Amino acid sequence: MSLFAILLSFGFVILALFLSQAFKLGLGRDLIITSIRATIQLFIVGYILKMVFGFDNPFAVILMLLIMIIVAAENAAKRGKGLPYIFWKIFLTISFVEIITQGFLLGLQIVPATPQYIISISGMIIGSSMVIANLFLNRLKGELEMRKEEVLLVLSLGGSIKQSIYPILKQSIRSSLIPTIEGQKTIGLVQLPGMMTGQIIAGADPIQAVRFQLLIVFMILSAASLTAIILGFLIYPGLFNRHQQLDIQAWK
Amino acid sequence: MESEIELKNVCKAFMHDHETVSVLKGISAKVTKGTIVTIVGPSGSGKSTILSLCNLLQTPDEGEIHIHGKEVREWNIQELRRLVGIAFQDAPMLKGTSLDNLSLPARLQGKSLENPKKYMKYVGLTEDLLSRQAKELSGGQKQRLAFARTLVNEPSVLLLDEVTSALDSLASHEVEELVLRINREQHTTILWVTHDLSQAERVGDQTWLVMDGSIIEAAPTKQFFTEPKDVRTKQFLDMKRNYK
Repeated sequence: MSLFAILLSFGFVILALFLSQAFKLGLGRDLIITSIRATIQLFIVGYILKMVFGFDNPFAVILMLLIMIIVAAENAAKRGKGLPYIFWKIFLTISFVEIITQGFLLGLQIVPATPQYIISISGMIIGSSMVIANLFLNRLKGELEMRKEEVLLVLSLGGSIKQSIYPILKQSIRSSLIPTIEGQKTIGLVQLPGMMTGQIIAGADPIQAVRFQLLIVFMILSAASLTAIILGFLIYPGLFNRHQQLDIQAWK
Repeated sequence: MESEIELKNVCKAFMHDHETVSVLKGISAKVTKGTIVTIVGPSGSGKSTILSLCNLLQTPDEGEIHIHGKEVREWNIQELRRLVGIAFQDAPMLKGTSLDNLSLPARLQGKSLENPKKYMKYVGLTEDLLSRQAKELSGGQKQRLAFARTLVNEPSVLLLDEVTSALDSLASHEVEELVLRINREQHTTILWVTHDLSQAERVGDQTWLVMDGSIIEAAPTKQFFTEPKDVRTKQFLDMKRNYK
């Protein structure tokens, strides 16, 4: 695609700006910032990927993945500000999910072990884990605020911290997975997934593109479930103090 | 007489709007086994905090609390909380039937509840309520069920936090009778926070007036209400009686 074609595609942003102005939606600033930011970010990533692929060095790939995980963990950790070691817990969770998923894909030779495949697929795994971590923390906080009394009740009857938080943890894990599961239910019926569309546009056989997309769907489902469950079990002990009292005052 | 609960110079403060608010300012007291202590005082004076410190739902900042001669922080926490049961004002219920709620303490220990009907009968609830959703029960029924649930742990101390304040007078009277029976038959020591002075007078063996984080007066209940020693107790009783 030529640069001129990309410039023309900014016409869509101008249309959105016009609508925002006409209906006084007040989205103008956000639309401009988001568009510029997306352009800059994607071009930078494009050049970095070109460089990494050019090196053809496993350490360059590992460094790239590490940076992706750190950025994702930083982003999700904002939702858990004030919780003990929240960045490291998310970092560990995403790293574990990435290692397990990639280990499975590469170990069974489902995908070739080339930087192109590893980094692109990792982007999807890490991105999905980051969204799930955000959703999970958001929901957990809401549930705890609403159901603090239940936790207190179970503790007061001699229950352990795990017993007191388990129903809330379970609900938060379930809720954080709903968007992923619901999204996959209508896949292909409502929208064609971005990656599959990209492959088809690039000239790949649609059936081959579907096969690859199925791999991604299954992988995302497992990565999302793993993220929510591992994160849940890493986080809950930090919600209590050493006297087994719910202590979430510092959670902003 | 054996003292079951002993508070030694207990202090507790909370953070509120980035400021430290002192709720308890070095209180000391003893509670004899099998007695009922009623705790009265203005709202926000620290009455409920005393209760939650006794089963370590909160931790004292300074001082010590001894249950059966052992400091609360030295107990196995689960064991302490089973031994020192607490009943809350709104009798919180978990989702599920009355039976699910009643059997909760047993399930928390990995056991099943042997005879749920016995507990229902003891607190004056009919068996047919066992299959009802607990959240659908009336206020009085919920409070009785909450007592039954606490009794499953066979506590030797019961902490009651305004347990009748949300009930009508009949339900309140029934719960009062139930508590007196538990105390009489099971020799359970009871610390009862109440804003109802006539209730405190009816049920207490000892009464404490807590004001501004301190125990102003601790005296046998009859003496507390007829011949209070401290001028602030007199003023508090007069104010409450006049208000009534």
